This record gives sequence, structure tokens and C-alpha cells, in this order.
Amino acid sequence: MMNKTQILVICRHAEILQTIIRLVNNNPEWECTGANTDQQAIDAFNGNAFDLVLLGSGIEPSSEENLVAFFRNSRPRISIVQHYGGGSGLLSAEIYQGLSQKTL
Amino acid sequence: MAQTILHRAETRGHASHGWLNSYHTFSFANYYNPERMNFGALRVLNDDTVDAGMGFGTHPHDNMEIISIPLEGDLEHKDSMNNVAVIKNGDIQAMSAGTGIYHSEYNKDRQHRVKFLQIWVYPDKRNVEPRYDQITLKADDRHNKLQQILSPNPNDQGVWIHQNAWFHLGRFDKGVSASYEVKGKGNGVYVFVLSGDVKINDQQLHTRDGFGIWDTDTFTIAAESDAEFLLMEVPMKF
Repeated sequence: MMNKTQILVICRHAEILQTIIRLVNNNPEWECTGANTDQQAIDAFNGNAFDLVLLGSGIEPSSEENLVAFFRNSRPRISIVQHYGGGSGLLSAEIYQGLSQKTL
Repeated sequence: MAQTILHRAETRGHASHGWLNSYHTFSFANYYNPERMNFGALRVLNDDTVDAGMGFGTHPHDNMEIISIPLEGDLEHKDSMNNVAVIKNGDIQAMSAGTGIYHSEYNKDRQHRVKFLQIWVYPDKRNVEPRYDQITLKADDRHNKLQQILSPNPNDQGVWIHQNAWFHLGRFDKGVSASYEVKGKGNGVYVFVLSGDVKINDQQLHTRDGFGIWDTDTFTIAAESDAEFLLMEVPMKF
């Protein structure tokens, strides 16, 4: 069975988070886990080997700083990408770009 | 010395969804080209045609400055801030998606298609309060001169957005030319030709061609036929 690319999305806006999860999972090669809170994101990160983290809307600057530091300390080569647009036409390009940077 | 990039009309990404025919200057949806991701803060330039009676159902956006410019026909807009409006040819709409917004866009006309530009600019700050603005432009104000239609300043001409950006429209008769002075330090200008033939300095452009120019304070745009064009000045680093 093909290993799917594991993607963690953090977004404070619950409905937009669900939209992003649905859109990411539309790609059969990708599997998305969503988190509304910092603790959910940390718990998910500790339990899965994510290839990419998408930072969605509403994350406070201090939370973002702490989360990015935690992710980088845990897995220095993890690709972390700002998501713009809210589950929009930019999503796929952001993921492709993030994954290509990871393999550099 | 000025740096430039040329995007010929026929090199754009294309998506046909039956009711929606869209040309993408930059990577969007299923069109992904790592060489065509953005021009500075300008991230999306979609040239859309929507069939009669069709449209985009309710969908979310966040953290993006979204500008719509109808070129032919009318588009009905509804959003989660209770705005209901019809954007007509000659109007410009700006929406700051910020922390999150839902909206729909429909061509309510049962007989005629709608053509419009959808332009997305990265905001200069994330998670702003969502907002919506729409104005009607005077067509005469761009005849043989540049008409400012967008700026970063609420009190300036046109709509405003959360970015150090200025947009201008021009409708020039053949032989008319104008100089454009770049307003923001470190900004570049992306020129999109709506119709006709123009020359930017020495570069010839035709209908629906795009041309970016940066590392310069000024350039000349000259109409080689009757022509309409859109100038989008945006930060190159943001």
C-alpha cells in the first residue's frame, strides 16, 4: 500500500479547518490531520510522522513562534508552510512547494 | 537596471470546468508551475468567464486581499458579513479575508456570460478583521490617462487593501503614452493587457499578455493600438 504524505494543518477557524482537511484529503496521495489548538497540534505531531505542517488562519504570533520552535526542535527538517486563502486554489501549490523544499 | 519578466497570454494555465473557463497567470488550483508562483505580493491573476446562471457556491477564504474587476456582465456577491451586492462592469470590489470569511459569486443573468478578473494579493499582516468594499469607477477617468483604482490608503482614490499596493487602469487611444512612477520603494509593477497592443519601454505586449518590471523607479507605457490595460504595483518582498 502506498504511504500517503502526512500533513498537519493548524487553523483556529473551525469551519475553514474542516474545508482544508477535506480539500487536502481529496488528493489520494495526501492525508490530513487538523488541529484547532496548540495542544491538539503538539499531541498530533508527537503521534505522527508528518511530512509537512500548514499554518492556517488565526494563530496568534506567540503561539506560532512556540509551535514552530517545537516542531523544529522535534524534527529539524520538517517543512512548515504558511497557508493563505483558507482552503483555496493556493492549497495544492503550497503543499507541493513545501514538499519540494523538504527534499532539498 | 530594471528587471523584467514576460508572460505571454498563451502560456497561462487553463482550466475549463464547463460553466467556468479560467486562465491562470500564476499557479492556482490544478495548475501548478513552480516558475509561476507569484509576482512579489501578487499571488493570483485569474481571467475568468462564468456561464449564464452559474457561479461559485459559498466557500471560505482567509488571509488574502481579494480584488474582483468585472470586464463584461454582472456578478452577484453574498458573504458572511451580510453583504449582498452586484458587481457590475465598471466596478471594483476589494475584500480582506483576514481571520476568515465565506462568500459566493454568481452570474444571475440567464442569458449572458460574465467575464471578470480575480486578483489576490498577499496581505501585509495576517488575521485582520474581514472587510468588504466596492465602488463604481468612472470610465472617462481612464481615457488616455491612468486611473488609480486601488491603494493602501482608505482616504485615497479607489478601494484600499492591507498591502502597500497601487492599481491603475488605462484606456488609451493609439499613439498615446504615459510615464508611470513607482510609488513604493522596493515595489514592482505587473502589467496585464486587457485588449490591444502596448509597449512597455521596448517590450511589445498584446491582449492578455502579462509583464512584470521591477528595480526601476519609472517606465513608459505606450498604446500601439487602442488599448486597455491594468497596472498592479506591489511589494516585491513582503
